[in-house]
Amino acid sequence: MAVISSETIPVTSEPDIVFVRRRVRETAAQIGLSLVDQTKVVTAASELARNTLIYGGGGAMQLESLNGPRLGVRLTFSDNGPGIPDIQLALRDGFTTGSGLGLGLGGTKRLVNEFAIESKVGQGTKIIITRWK
Amino acid sequence: MEKIPILRMGDFLLVTIQVDMHDRLAMALQDDLTQKISETSARGVLIDISSLEIVDSFIGRMLGNIAAMSRVLDAQTVVVGMRPAVAITLVELGMSLPGVRTALNVDAGMELLRESLNGHEGIRHGSNF
Repeated sequence: MAVISSETIPVTSEPDIVFVRRRVRETAAQIGLSLVDQTKVVTAASELARNTLIYGGGGAMQLESLNGPRLGVRLTFSDNGPGIPDIQLALRDGFTTGSGLGLGLGGTKRLVNEFAIESKVGQGTKIIITRWK
Repeated sequence: MEKIPILRMGDFLLVTIQVDMHDRLAMALQDDLTQKISETSARGVLIDISSLEIVDSFIGRMLGNIAAMSRVLDAQTVVVGMRPAVAITLVELGMSLPGVRTALNVDAGMELLRESLNGHEGIRHGSNF
């Protein structure tokens, strides 16, 4: 699998979330994702970027376009926040902590082809999603 | 500060969201609209989202809040113009916008508002639409 392009975008403020959406949209369009798939991956990116900002205390997103076996877009969100103590619970639909902003990760997972999560309490969270063409 | 304009047309308020809103702008719209409904005694709110390329859980929740708050203030809200790709994504995400009335376009949305207003007639004094 070859990485065609890669860039890292900071996620430390609300306008950064808007920029994340725009760059993911542009990249998804470039590799020729259908309009529905573009919409899904941009929406997933928006959800995860907001989580990174609100729950992770800010972080970054790595945006990669991939080639092989198919074209795809891969997004890696990482933060050095408090981490997620119970990942199974966080993946459940409708799960949210105090502020009530999240929908849970379950919905976001449905919008992409691959979803991986690593989290260590007290150290941070990394979520990797991929949408293939 | 950036703001989403709210237009008044008779008993209705019209909002066309034409920019990719950051979260605070969406919150401001929610507050402004609620204020405007109360100020103008508007009976209906029409929100055109045909320019929006995505609706995520935050915007979805905002639309739900606006619908709920306007209902409490005796006004109906209709969201119009959602793109098909946005509708597919929202449902898959797990947000089917319960409590939010929708219509395909502005015309259908206005029709819906007028109908619900006529159905309501006589309940509120002085409303002779």
